[in-house]
Amino acid sequence: MTTSPILSTENLTVRFGGHVAVDAVTCDFSAGELTAIVGPNGAGKTTYFNLISGQIPASAGRVFLKGRDIGGMSVSARTRAGIGRAFQLTNLFPNLSVLENVRLVVQAKSGRSFNLWSMVSRHQDLTDQAEAILRRVRLLEQRHQVVSELSHGNQRKLEVALLIALDPAVYMFDEPTAGMSVDEAPVVLDLIEELKDQRDRTILLVEHKMDVIRTLADRIIVLHNGALAADGPPAEVMASDVVQEAYMGRGLEGVLADV
Amino acid sequence: MIRSLLSGDTPRSLPLALLLGGILICLALAPFLFPGVRTVDTAARICVFIVLVASYDLLLGYGGIVSFAHTMFFGIGAYGVALASTHMGRGFDAIAFGAVAGALLAAALALVIGLFSLRVRAIFFAMITLAVASAVAVLVSQLSGLTGGEDGLTFKTPRELGPAFKFGKEAFDGTLFGVKLNGKLLAYYFVFLGALVLFLGLLRVVNSPFGRVLQAIRENDFRAEAIGYRVVYYRVAATCLSAAIAALAGSLYAVWLRYVGPDTSLSMEIMIDILLMVVIGGMGTMYGAVIGATLFVLAQNYLQNLMGAAAELTSALPLLPELLNADRWLLWLGVLFILSVYFFPTGIVGRLRNSG
Repeated sequence: MTTSPILSTENLTVRFGGHVAVDAVTCDFSAGELTAIVGPNGAGKTTYFNLISGQIPASAGRVFLKGRDIGGMSVSARTRAGIGRAFQLTNLFPNLSVLENVRLVVQAKSGRSFNLWSMVSRHQDLTDQAEAILRRVRLLEQRHQVVSELSHGNQRKLEVALLIALDPAVYMFDEPTAGMSVDEAPVVLDLIEELKDQRDRTILLVEHKMDVIRTLADRIIVLHNGALAADGPPAEVMASDVVQEAYMGRGLEGVLADV
Repeated sequence: MIRSLLSGDTPRSLPLALLLGGILICLALAPFLFPGVRTVDTAARICVFIVLVASYDLLLGYGGIVSFAHTMFFGIGAYGVALASTHMGRGFDAIAFGAVAGALLAAALALVIGLFSLRVRAIFFAMITLAVASAVAVLVSQLSGLTGGEDGLTFKTPRELGPAFKFGKEAFDGTLFGVKLNGKLLAYYFVFLGALVLFLGLLRVVNSPFGRVLQAIRENDFRAEAIGYRVVYYRVAATCLSAAIAALAGSLYAVWLRYVGPDTSLSMEIMIDILLMVVIGGMGTMYGAVIGATLFVLAQNYLQNLMGAAAELTSALPLLPELLNADRWLLWLGVLFILSVYFFPTGIVGRLRNSG
């Protein structure tokens, strides 16, 4: 690809004691591209995400967003710069309502959060935006429910809703449909497809389900023992020798079927 | 109108609304409903502690930050008014200057403590506040030339707030419903209205966009960061605001007592009382402060009398009068506290809201 990448990592590495969890991963991600990140459990996928969004400091290597080195920035600064993340384990504000959860994200972007004197109810525009997003993820009816009382599937949807409310340049989904029922998962997958069709967002997706990867991914990267084992179009990667070898002849699908 | 005064945060439960309304009416009319030096003094104490506890709840219940320096900020406000009144002479200008200076100093101190410790971890903050509060308490008792040491400072408030000041002689013959119209009455309303304004202000803050961010941080600071909030800034801002309001509550208390000393405004005992009041009333709701402070101060002042009376009534029975002996009131206060935490883990307000 000739366009300059939105996000890139350069020799990105993290060690925990003697264990190298992410090993010198160099990779570029362009706008409008959906990259699936695959690999067996413990391959370093979520850790790689943590390094990009800033939850864990890197031991070595650098992360660039739109050409700017963001390695020294805090999580919140990276978020404001354009890196948004939905978490693998649901990570919400449990005792606030569904609407309040999304409104907090909308409010964070509005720059009105140091307003100490006006009532929240006066900011109807923020509520309207939050409700529009809840309609998209089919959670509008549950908007007044407290999050901790929500079903697992609906919590997963809300997790995605928060990311959509943030609308960052880089979307990072960490197994967005994990634990969702067969009829709930399509809502989330359709949303990701919608984002992809906008063609101006960079999407990173950690996913185990092969059918999802096949329909959505423009590109697959394979992490194995923390290192980048393969990178390319889906068909090519799935057939590649590296992958076949890395997984001891069982092939990618065989390994993924186990997890 | 009422909704707007309460910042849209209505009690949402009929028993709670009735209880709060009852407390408001009793406090508003305390000098007329319960005339007497001791009762009015208790009412003024309740007013001050409602604000003090509410400001602590902004920190603990909304921000999820544990602080042990709240009485220090309370004391800074109280000593501010006392020192200003001593050195500038009695007058409302001295009160205003002392209160504002105390609030600013409290906020500045909170800013320094917050920036140093909230960056790291919230638990670190609790330990630093404990250390600073102890240091300040020692300092105040040692600098006796300035602060009066352990004896504290007695000072003069404006004449209009003293018992010697009489008014309404022509119109009401100096009394209204049998209550003498004097400066002490005005002083009570000074404290009551000051507390009311501060409380409604706090209610506004917790229902503002800023208040929502604090709740989000309390719920999940990790995610609050990940949706773009600089968590430290909000925590520090909440700490400063809470410190300033506590200082203003201290100023009100000093005006009422016309005295400051380590026991009335700085001691660790008051800090523990505040914690108990927050927990009994209910954390994370400003109305919890009203209920917690009212119940606790009433119990502190009247449980002893009540038990004395009960001991006399049961004097014919074995064991009971011993148990109910007025000297054992602290024991029963402790029992009441344990029971209230056991039966109302979300505080009285949480309990009333859930059942209603």
